[in-house]
Amino acid sequence: MTLSEFVNMGGYAAYVWPSYALGLVVLIANYIAPRQRERKLLRQLRRRARRDRTGKPNRQARQRNE
Amino acid sequence: MWSFLHKYSSPKNFFRLAGLLLPWMNGAFLLLLALGLYYGLWVAPPDYQQGDSYRIMFIHVPAAWMSMFIYVIMAVAGAISLIWRIKLADVVAAASAPLGASFTALALITGSLWGKPMWGTFWVWDARLTSELILLFLYLGFIALTSAIEDKRTAGRAGALLSLVGVVNIPIIHYSVVWWNTLHQGSTVTLTGPSNIATSMLIPLLLMAFAFKFYYASVLLMRARCEVLEREQNSGWVRELGETS
Repeated sequence: MTLSEFVNMGGYAAYVWPSYALGLVVLIANYIAPRQRERKLLRQLRRRARRDRTGKPNRQARQRNE
Repeated sequence: MWSFLHKYSSPKNFFRLAGLLLPWMNGAFLLLLALGLYYGLWVAPPDYQQGDSYRIMFIHVPAAWMSMFIYVIMAVAGAISLIWRIKLADVVAAASAPLGASFTALALITGSLWGKPMWGTFWVWDARLTSELILLFLYLGFIALTSAIEDKRTAGRAGALLSLVGVVNIPIIHYSVVWWNTLHQGSTVTLTGPSNIATSMLIPLLLMAFAFKFYYASVLLMRARCEVLEREQNSGWVRELGETS
């Protein structure tokens, strides 16, 4: 099989490649979303820990006290 | 046995164990995906009737299998959540729903991209396609319902009930090609008895199916870790995590 035959997919390129592209998009999107969420959550935790260490009351604690 | 289960279903241990498992799941997924794409797109010969269009099967069929597999997992998690009140079951169900919806949509869209050149139409209201579309609505309904309820426990219980009621759709999808006269073809791969498919095409199909399984496991673990962090953010071990990481 040559490369152009491979790309052409026996004349079905317009159906085969979008299917694989969409599959890839679904796999990548669902992988990135939870990674970014975890990174964001850990960043929040670190920020909170830093606030606790420096002794300044953090925002949530202030809100609880009010 | 039960103490063992409870130990590992504790959020803290789960979070750690999931972190250890993740690289292995990702590795297995990438390896299987690479092999599956290589065999499916390059090695497997064109079909004598469908030409190269049948290669859509290597995305379509594993996605459709996953759409049903994930729903069953959600229903089982729902039952566990309602009966034993294990928090982790709600987490698993909530983490599975977006993936299940994605795979269902992927199965439907690749199905219509395959249907257009083979059947001459993107869509028909036959039993298999319609029941799979209902599955998509069940997933979307689950996501809408659980995200509309503020309290996580109540949301978990409502979602569990919905997933248990909706699980009747799974055998309907599976047997739709037997019970009704559908345009969609019958099963070519069966667990019992010989499969109706050439080995050169079966190998990439199974490689892709297992790749998707590992992918699901990986994303499930990642999403569940996030859920656990969010739900347990005021407990000691999560606070410690912020100090050490």
